[in-house]
Amino acid sequence: MTGVGQPETERNGRGYLAERGWRSWAFTLDHKRIGAMYLWTTTFFFLVGGVFALLLRLELLSPQARYFGNHAYNVFFTLHGSMMIFLFIIPAIPSGLGNFFIPLHIGARDVAFPRLNLASYWVFAAGFLVIIGSLVAPMDTGWTFYTPYSAKSAAAVTTLSLGIFLIGMSSILTGLNFIVTIHKLRAPGMTWHRLPLFIWGMYSTSIIQVIATPVVGVTFLLLAAERIFGVGFFDPSKGGDPVLFQHFFWFYSHPVVYVMILPAMGIVSEVIPVFSRKPIFGYTAIAYSSMAIALGGFLVWGHHMFTSGMSPLANTIFSLMTFFVAVPTAVKVFNWTATLYRGSITFEAPMLYALTFIFLFIVGGLTGPFLGALATNVQLHDTYFVVAHFHYTMMGGTVMGFFAGLHYWFPKMTGRMLNEKVARAAWALIFVGFNVTFFTMFIVGVRGMPRRYAEYLPKFQVENVISTIGSAVLALGILVMCWNLLQGLRKGAPAPANPWRALSLEWKAASPPETENFHEIPVVTEWPYGYGTTKA
Amino acid sequence: MSGQPGEHTDPAVAFEAAKLGVWTFLATEVLLFGALFTAYTVFRIKYPEMFRAEHAKLDRVLGAVNTVVLITSSLMVVLGVDAIKRGKARLLEAYFGATILLAAVFLLVKYTEYTAKFHHGLYPDTNIFFSLYYMMTGLHGIHVLLGMGVLSYVIVLSRRGRLSEAWCTPAEMSGLYWHFVDLVWIYLFPLLYLIG
Repeated sequence: MTGVGQPETERNGRGYLAERGWRSWAFTLDHKRIGAMYLWTTTFFFLVGGVFALLLRLELLSPQARYFGNHAYNVFFTLHGSMMIFLFIIPAIPSGLGNFFIPLHIGARDVAFPRLNLASYWVFAAGFLVIIGSLVAPMDTGWTFYTPYSAKSAAAVTTLSLGIFLIGMSSILTGLNFIVTIHKLRAPGMTWHRLPLFIWGMYSTSIIQVIATPVVGVTFLLLAAERIFGVGFFDPSKGGDPVLFQHFFWFYSHPVVYVMILPAMGIVSEVIPVFSRKPIFGYTAIAYSSMAIALGGFLVWGHHMFTSGMSPLANTIFSLMTFFVAVPTAVKVFNWTATLYRGSITFEAPMLYALTFIFLFIVGGLTGPFLGALATNVQLHDTYFVVAHFHYTMMGGTVMGFFAGLHYWFPKMTGRMLNEKVARAAWALIFVGFNVTFFTMFIVGVRGMPRRYAEYLPKFQVENVISTIGSAVLALGILVMCWNLLQGLRKGAPAPANPWRALSLEWKAASPPETENFHEIPVVTEWPYGYGTTKA
Repeated sequence: MSGQPGEHTDPAVAFEAAKLGVWTFLATEVLLFGALFTAYTVFRIKYPEMFRAEHAKLDRVLGAVNTVVLITSSLMVVLGVDAIKRGKARLLEAYFGATILLAAVFLLVKYTEYTAKFHHGLYPDTNIFFSLYYMMTGLHGIHVLLGMGVLSYVIVLSRRGRLSEAWCTPAEMSGLYWHFVDLVWIYLFPLLYLIG
């Protein structure tokens, strides 16, 4: 910890990045460096998962399994799903951007438990190493690991379960750290109602992580015990119940979609007012709706299981609760739209991604109730409609929010500006490619094309070819974006402390911030959204 | 598990943070065991006769002995924390040492129980009841082991003179965790051994 308490002027303006060498990263206790390590790791797995997606699209060019065969196809969609969910979407925003910006946002020098923070990164690393190890006999169960197949499959289910258990542990430790940080380390004057909305999103996320993840952890332990000791909780031949596995799995995996989306919603709530130069509309409603989603999200897991043979009463209750949980989500969308109304909007890359989030998330969100309603669910269950729906929410929502955050905070994290023109071009490719890829899936889904098969009826071929072309455009856009980010990192123009004229605390720190974030802990006197008033 | 104070925070904030951190951690532990208790409930409702017949095969005497052992160990932890709050580090080490000893007795008894069951051909895959028995007591046993590690760490801290009446957060936090481990057993004992 060199530099603590020293004058910071002679560090070449490299801030927390001044120290060099792998030790300065591997053993760092600095939340910013740990956040950066998460960002690099998760982005890597995003690209790997993307390659698997492209292979799937390639296979789907023809109605017969022409390129890989059925088993390879099953392996690819399992790896695509598991990597994207467990190694990218769940950790990317909370552990990456959250780690970096929670202390900066609340005016703290670090998270509450810096050592635990570092430990959670290395537990995460151990987890993904084990997952990579499981590739010796790659998984073919889909990312949901449903029993009884997963209990019998010859693939390395036990190893992968252990890997995901470790990833989950890391997720719990991070969430716990954030909860304590937000409760105990806020700067003087930073009351709950002066917190940036990103913090409200992250706080709700952390609650879900802490409450839901242990359940999936023990579920994977039981699955492993089923394979190793012959325990029979999920095995009907031993008196067990495979649907119990589904209940356990979705008790975690439904709330966890809010782990994926709430931080992205937090980013959008930051970006929209900055680039509209208007105070956020309905601060309290947005903040509390995050909490409502976090708590309500625990009561709807059954809607993934309408066709599993639950009682009609349970189905009806889960369906009803699903409609309720859509309400706080809609509250947010209305508030963002009201914030935009009569604002002085500019379309820098972060804003473009934030607006894309709203647009795509509305499509993804509105197709949710189709699946939450019992009658339509029976028709649409396990069709491409489901695939389209969750890619609109997860990729159109979370990933766009993540990109918005990356572009918005890039100057703060690296001390350099991005090439705005290239960033916008990449955005255009991503936007077009995404919609071409996934909107066609709604259409074939409604017409009855089932998901998770390498082969399909010839009547769906035109749409599938269109979708594959779209995926190529999308991939090109993401490549251009990555290239632009790397170029910016290497030789972008030096960034000022506050390039977007934003009011939240992280912009009061240097770009990039010093190791201890602030020379003096700031005293907060008002909320961070006073745009368009006398100050900004 | 009990967090280190940050470089810049003062002891009062560090104590408050550690306390909230450990309670949150215990909430995750409740959920971890919660899934197993849910499985227990589901299968008990489904197979009441099997539970009635199978639970009689467990050794109530050994189970009761272990309950007494764990409750006594919790008392030792309380006395240890009380000692360090009065500044008596040596006394803390003695009490926490006694706790670890009792935990070892607990595991030893558990070991003889498991061995006896194996001799009678009762394994985790014998039936649902014994699946539950081994998974629940096994996961609890792992927690006892971890707790022994944590308590030993606190003793090491104390030997190095790092604990005092002004800073005894690690002792208090490890105590909280130990009470939780104890509490889980208080539920496991009647559910598995007593209720027919």
